[in-house]
Amino acid sequence: MTQATMAHGAQRAAAPVYYEDVIKKFVLAATFWGIVGFLAGVYIAFQLAYPVLNLGLEWTSFGRLRPVHTSAVIFAFGGNVLIGTSFYVVQRTCRASLFGGRGLANFIFWGYQLFIVLAALSYVLGYTDGKEYAEPEWIVDLWLTIVWVAYITAFVGTLLKREEPHIYVANWFYLGFMVTVAMLHLGNNLAVPVSLFGMKSYGLFSGVQDALIQWWYGHNAVGFFLTAGFLGIMYYFIPKRANRPVYSYRLSIVHFWALIFLYIWAGPHHLHYTALPDWAQTLGMTFSVMLWMPSWGGMINGLMTLSGAWDKLRTDPVMRFLVTAVAFYGMATFEGPMMSIKSVNSLSHYTDWTVGHVHSGALGWVAFISFGALYYLVPVLWKRKSLYSMRLVSLHFWIATLGILLYITAMWISGIMQGLMWRAYDEYGFLQYSFIETVEAMHPYYVIRGIGGVLFLAGALVMVYNFFRTIRGDVRKEAPYETTAAVAARG
Amino acid sequence: MDLQALSEFFRSLWGLWLMILFLGIVAYAFWPRNKDRLERYGDMPLRDDDDEERR
Repeated sequence: MTQATMAHGAQRAAAPVYYEDVIKKFVLAATFWGIVGFLAGVYIAFQLAYPVLNLGLEWTSFGRLRPVHTSAVIFAFGGNVLIGTSFYVVQRTCRASLFGGRGLANFIFWGYQLFIVLAALSYVLGYTDGKEYAEPEWIVDLWLTIVWVAYITAFVGTLLKREEPHIYVANWFYLGFMVTVAMLHLGNNLAVPVSLFGMKSYGLFSGVQDALIQWWYGHNAVGFFLTAGFLGIMYYFIPKRANRPVYSYRLSIVHFWALIFLYIWAGPHHLHYTALPDWAQTLGMTFSVMLWMPSWGGMINGLMTLSGAWDKLRTDPVMRFLVTAVAFYGMATFEGPMMSIKSVNSLSHYTDWTVGHVHSGALGWVAFISFGALYYLVPVLWKRKSLYSMRLVSLHFWIATLGILLYITAMWISGIMQGLMWRAYDEYGFLQYSFIETVEAMHPYYVIRGIGGVLFLAGALVMVYNFFRTIRGDVRKEAPYETTAAVAARG
Repeated sequence: MDLQALSEFFRSLWGLWLMILFLGIVAYAFWPRNKDRLERYGDMPLRDDDDEERR
């Protein structure tokens, strides 16, 4: 044993014991629910192109399967990635073991999986409170509240017993995500059950107040679940994978607070040209446009972390996932504020453009940063020398990217066409197209979108195979990913 | 002007208070004297123990 390894061993003995078993479970659950969610998405995409796929059954109709898709990808896939990575990051950056240990961690894991199963079953059986992304009925909502409080307890408890004096910025984003989601969940799900043992309830608010609360929830689900939480992943896993500190720690502080101060006001842009007072619509639009600044500040911070090490994009496909995700984040957060401007919104609202926008964020940003983090975590958690195959990671990257491009370009064309057709008048001032003509015109784009989804799903299946072999301990015999030229260029 | 009226007046300026708070945070983050200390925090994930992927 050399002196270096002995010193290394001594240092390791002093390090706290991180509780990682539950993180493995979250990684596996995220992978599983990811496939379920993508599959559901592909299926409902083809339902729109070929309505016969509704099968004439109430349980498999688009209206019931659509929330299964959205909840599976957002809460089941995204949620498991967020909880799992947050437990990993908080322990490592606090140099403390998880608060509550094995018992609390496993309660959170199984409790959250139970929530997902209950929610999905209730949608298919026709129980919903009809609020987008908050569809579960009151009993399921109460259960999630209990699990969420346990989650915050474990996370904050770990922060409190930290060995590091400072709380690393990724944890701020994770905490912002948890606290805001708790507030949104409670606010938007205030409801009066019809009976003590029945599923049905009615929301506390009605009319335009109900709509505003719903989109305060809905947009902040995007802002804090799908953005703040995944920014936590960005601020830990990109520096870690690149082995360089974040470009500017000071910018990350401003990024965090600007996001917190601005995002919460953006919801009314979902209600342009409705019964919502005009001033509130303008307020929502203004705050949405201001969001350009923190979003792009954060994107620059993530991308510039690679400054001076751009060759990693060529030599490390995992890095490519992480960095492309940030680029998609920049693109989606450019498009979003633009669409929130009332005159743009008058064309884009209720069209497929919105669907395309959401998916450039969800597939490009959320899923890609998640894939990057999962590819990083699997060999680390299972103590493997490396992933089974870097070439398969690269294959996954290209299939998935092609899928996203097919998806979002199809939806741009279809959405803008749809918007233009809706507002076209003939020379006598009558509407030029009937509604069904717009539906007919969108058919080819629905097929292209479905094909994009199939590619994205296929890429994810490649990832599953790669994980399976990595966990088994296999390493594929393949030409090393880093070419001689690439290594030489890095010096 | 009683305390109630004063409180209502100041509360109506909430946008201004939040703006001042935010500008304070920006000033703190970019204050030249804080630079070295804050940027050192960026190393925290990299000072981790290294039982991780070896490539």
